[in-house]
Amino acid sequence: MIAKFQWQDARTVQDAIAQLDGTSMVKAGGIDVMDRLKEGLDSPATLVNIRTIPGLDQIREDATGLHIGPMVTLDQLDKNETVRASYTALADAAGHAATPHIRNVATVGGNILQRPRCWYFRNEQFHCLKKGGDRCFAQDGENEYHAIFGNQICAIVHPSAVAVALLALGATFEVTGKRGERQVPSEQFFVRPDEDVHREHTLAADELLTAINIPKPASGTRSAYMKLGEKESFDWPIAEVAVVLGARPGVVLGAAAPVPWRAVGAERILAGNPINEDTARAAAKAALQGATPLRNNSYKLPIFETIVRRTILAAARA
Amino acid sequence: MSKKQNDGLSRRQFLRGSALTAAGTTILNSGLLAHAESPTSNAVGPGPVPITLRINGKDHDLSVEPRTTLADALRDTLHLTGTKVVCDRGACSACTVWIDGIPVNSCLTFVLDVGQREVTTIEGLGTPDHMHPVQAAFVEYDAAQCGYCTPGMVMSTAALLKSNPNPTLEDVQHAVSGNLCRCGTYPKVFAAALAAARKGA
Ligand SMILES: Cc1cc2nc3c(=O)[nH]c(=O)nc-3n(C[C@H](O)[C@H](O)[C@H](O)COP(=O)(O)OP(=O)(O)OC[C@H]3O[C@@H](n4cnc5c(N)ncnc54)[C@H](O)[C@@H]3O)c2cc1C
Ligand code: FES
Ligand code: FES
Repeated sequence: MIAKFQWQDARTVQDAIAQLDGTSMVKAGGIDVMDRLKEGLDSPATLVNIRTIPGLDQIREDATGLHIGPMVTLDQLDKNETVRASYTALADAAGHAATPHIRNVATVGGNILQRPRCWYFRNEQFHCLKKGGDRCFAQDGENEYHAIFGNQICAIVHPSAVAVALLALGATFEVTGKRGERQVPSEQFFVRPDEDVHREHTLAADELLTAINIPKPASGTRSAYMKLGEKESFDWPIAEVAVVLGARPGVVLGAAAPVPWRAVGAERILAGNPINEDTARAAAKAALQGATPLRNNSYKLPIFETIVRRTILAAARA
Repeated sequence: MSKKQNDGLSRRQFLRGSALTAAGTTILNSGLLAHAESPTSNAVGPGPVPITLRINGKDHDLSVEPRTTLADALRDTLHLTGTKVVCDRGACSACTVWIDGIPVNSCLTFVLDVGQREVTTIEGLGTPDHMHPVQAAFVEYDAAQCGYCTPGMVMSTAALLKSNPNPTLEDVQHAVSGNLCRCGTYPKVFAAALAAARKGA
């Protein structure tokens, strides 16, 4: 049974921020919030509903690029023609996350800010490192779905498909707090366990994510996203990849590390060479360099290598 | 912008509240969820809160705590038990209902989040005497075994046919890709969905 809480419908961004302190929690689509309340992971005194703030669910493109409100749903991103045409990796990442009914409700902001799905973290019975305990149970536990990079302290994989595409596209997040706004490049937004194991991002408890800005891609830029799960219908990914080809290539792996993982070696190869089977193969190999798989997840390495190569070639054809 | 949104908010209010919309820019898309007009503006709860839910064309007055899910309000308070709860975590879509015609998981919906929007449940789709064409096709094609997934399957399928009256098999598979059937009766679900479409559901 969910612990009792108060419910507050916010009317404006400032109104919502005024309600935010250590005891309250933002509710956007509510998908992850509901799950965490049902699992007893969080017990806020107040839920601050930001769905009642008008205007946060718009997608707009101008000369500088794409501007996405935090309450835009995954379904909106999937179906928006501008996003699909010029920011394809983002449309595909959103369109392959979760289920159709969840995509009708889940927001882009909530997707980025959702908490990890590690089964030790989600289970109330395991007081793991991330929850203030003294060990990461995944290190020598059941770790087939855990991280293959950056996994020495805490082996969660970052859960957000959308974040993988946003990082590859060079997005910036607008964060609003009591003292005003700040712009945070997506690359600096996510927090590694060695920086702070208790959090996955830099947003403070009294701040809102108020916009996602993607710079206009230079002409000729193409992008693609691919995901592999155990089931053909909906599933969480075993491996997911976003690739951007153009002046500034991006290769970002999801379900790979505690943060969306930039494959710098692969990006370097793509930057200096024509895109073909051979360079795609070389870049895919480079993407996996330095991986530190755990006991049960080295099967992910060849899967990642294959889908990185395929996603590069798909972007080249896009 | 939909009619409903225009009714609820003047354009000026809409722009004032918007962090993103600057004068002269085009709104490419406007979300389903923007349509909510919530029942309250101040903090309510944690105890019971009186609300009115519009379900299957009728208003129901009830008293709910903020922690109540739409699924629990439908089943436990209003005794509309056609909606099933199986996983209670968004992973099976047995609990599918429509909110303003859009299929969602009622197990992941806070009942206070429904506001003025219209809820449609399997009971509102048709009755044993006047079945919705999708319900009739499920009977004709024997598309239920234990039946636990069936109300959700029917709600997902009927939602698809509303927006896409001539779906391909792939469209049907995509529309029910979140609906799990432990009995594995998918082929019959697909056949029933396509048959209902042919009959003009
Ligand atoms: C069965 C299932 C399968 C799934 N599969 C996938 C998948 O394959 N890929 C994937 O990426 N995701 C998947 N998800 C996760 C799902 O996409 C997320 O839970 C959802 O996107 C969260 O969005 P929301 O709007 O519901 O967020 P909420 O639950 O409302 O919020 C999530 C978190 O973000 C905070 N928050 C939200 N918006 C803001 C804001 N603007 N400012 C500050 N804080 C904010 C909330 O306080 C909360 O901590 C799956 C979920 C389920 C249930
Ligand atoms: S019961 Fe709601 S999705 Fe399974
Ligand atoms: S008929 Fe039994 S779960 Fe689908």
